[in-house]
Amino acid sequence: MSDLRELYQSVILDHNKKPRNFGEPPGSNRSAQGHNPLCGDHVTVYLAVVDGVIEDVGFEGRGCAISTASASLMTEAIKGRSLEEAEKIFEGFHALVTGPAVSAVDARALGKLTVFAGVREFPMRVKCATLCWHTMHTALEGRDKSVTTE
Amino acid sequence: MRFDAERVRKDFPILGQTVHGKPLVFLDSAASAQKPQCVIDAISRFYAHDYANIHRGVYELSVRATAAVEQAREKIARFIGAAVNEIVFVRNATEAINLVAASFGREHVGEGDEVLITHMEHHANIVPWQRLCQEKRAVLRVAPIDDRGQLLLDAFEEMITTRTKIAAVTHVSNALGTINPVEEITRIAHARGVPVLLDGAQAVPHGRVDVHALDCDFYAFSGHKLFGPSGIGVLYAKAARLEAMPPYMSGGEMILSVTFENTIYKEPPYKFEAGTPDLAGAVGLGAAIDYLRAQDLDAVATHERELLAYASDALAEIPDLRLIGTAEHKAAVLSFVLDGVHPHDIGTILDREGICVRTGHHCAQPVMQRFGIPATARASLALYNTRDDIDALVAGLHRVREVFV
Repeated sequence: MSDLRELYQSVILDHNKKPRNFGEPPGSNRSAQGHNPLCGDHVTVYLAVVDGVIEDVGFEGRGCAISTASASLMTEAIKGRSLEEAEKIFEGFHALVTGPAVSAVDARALGKLTVFAGVREFPMRVKCATLCWHTMHTALEGRDKSVTTE
Repeated sequence: MRFDAERVRKDFPILGQTVHGKPLVFLDSAASAQKPQCVIDAISRFYAHDYANIHRGVYELSVRATAAVEQAREKIARFIGAAVNEIVFVRNATEAINLVAASFGREHVGEGDEVLITHMEHHANIVPWQRLCQEKRAVLRVAPIDDRGQLLLDAFEEMITTRTKIAAVTHVSNALGTINPVEEITRIAHARGVPVLLDGAQAVPHGRVDVHALDCDFYAFSGHKLFGPSGIGVLYAKAARLEAMPPYMSGGEMILSVTFENTIYKEPPYKFEAGTPDLAGAVGLGAAIDYLRAQDLDAVATHERELLAYASDALAEIPDLRLIGTAEHKAAVLSFVLDGVHPHDIGTILDREGICVRTGHHCAQPVMQRFGIPATARASLALYNTRDDIDALVAGLHRVREVFV
């Protein structure tokens, strides 16, 4: 049960139940859709980008606890950040859920997102955690298109 | 005589292991069934003693290999009540349906014609027809199902028109467990002159199938769901149909003579078996059928029916759980959703308890759309499952609720 608790931490369960920044924010000028054909999940990420800064961000869609919480926590992590900062956080997050343990410095930079560290023990679930980030990345590039986990 | 599932379990070596420190509970036979030792041995023996290419060599090994593969064809024919020349080896049910769509379909379906399927089909019985219809500017029509996941037979009948060229219907739904009244469906379609393809992938592992009694024109199934190896499947087609159909793939093995100007094809079923097929797969499937025929198939069916009833009652006790697919006539498939918990999360937590269930859309996205859900968790049973497996599932689902509720 311990690695399950590690995966389903209370922060993740809370964000799954009460997703933050759900819906399209006013002033949204970039968006992209993400799709995970394995589980049929969809996510749409909306960004309001002004002068290279993510002024506002929101998401819509339905998915598992990991993907919903990941999207919710992502919106909190990148709101108010510059595009470069957002991409940097994405890189750190990706390393956190796929790679060997991240260093303490990187962990500090990731803040709350470190609750996803347990995902790396569940290879089948990595795509659930990263779908919203790939979608956000696509939206940042200004491409109004969809991404898939496959 | 009562069916002894505990004895049967010993025939399946994979079931004896632990996963994540827990005894393996395998509840995903609808995706692919496990293999008895005799199937594994038959494949190994074939490679170790009798292997060579078939229908070619004049030497002893080739003769033995040919005999082994053709014996497997005979076993399959006997098992489903067909004639030997009506059994075409393919890779799986998907390829069988593609073969019919590409060969029979392309010849008979034209602009403005119709292909009739149902709302509960697996993607394998949707997409080949959809592509055919797109190519031919024909119309794919979909007969509706009710809230329990049962085909609305009257609507199905009404949707048959003079333009309908084929009806393709699943025998048993993989996502819902619904057993369709395929005899009646075939009768209705034939009364209007419409040939019928039945997708039997989920039906053959669970009871007697007699294709001549059903009178269907085509019947498709996979070996791997029938306790045989993956990579081998079967298309049954009435001899006259095969006779009239053009080849699907072409090349070696399926010809009598080739010049650069013209090719004369072999008789069916060989006309449809271009290239070297999965020889060991065919032998393995033959062994799986031997294994099943050695069981009391009626007792197996009773065992599965009792287990389904036991499992349905047990799952109904779990708060916030809803079964998707509650047809009156149902195979041992339990698709369900749990309020507030995504099936993917159910699957991960059950996995840590050693329990294998399928989560997702089960290659039947239109079924999910029909019930307004993105996915379900699905436990599917076979002859080697027991009440202990169901009890483990129920305990696992309580664990899921502990984490989430």
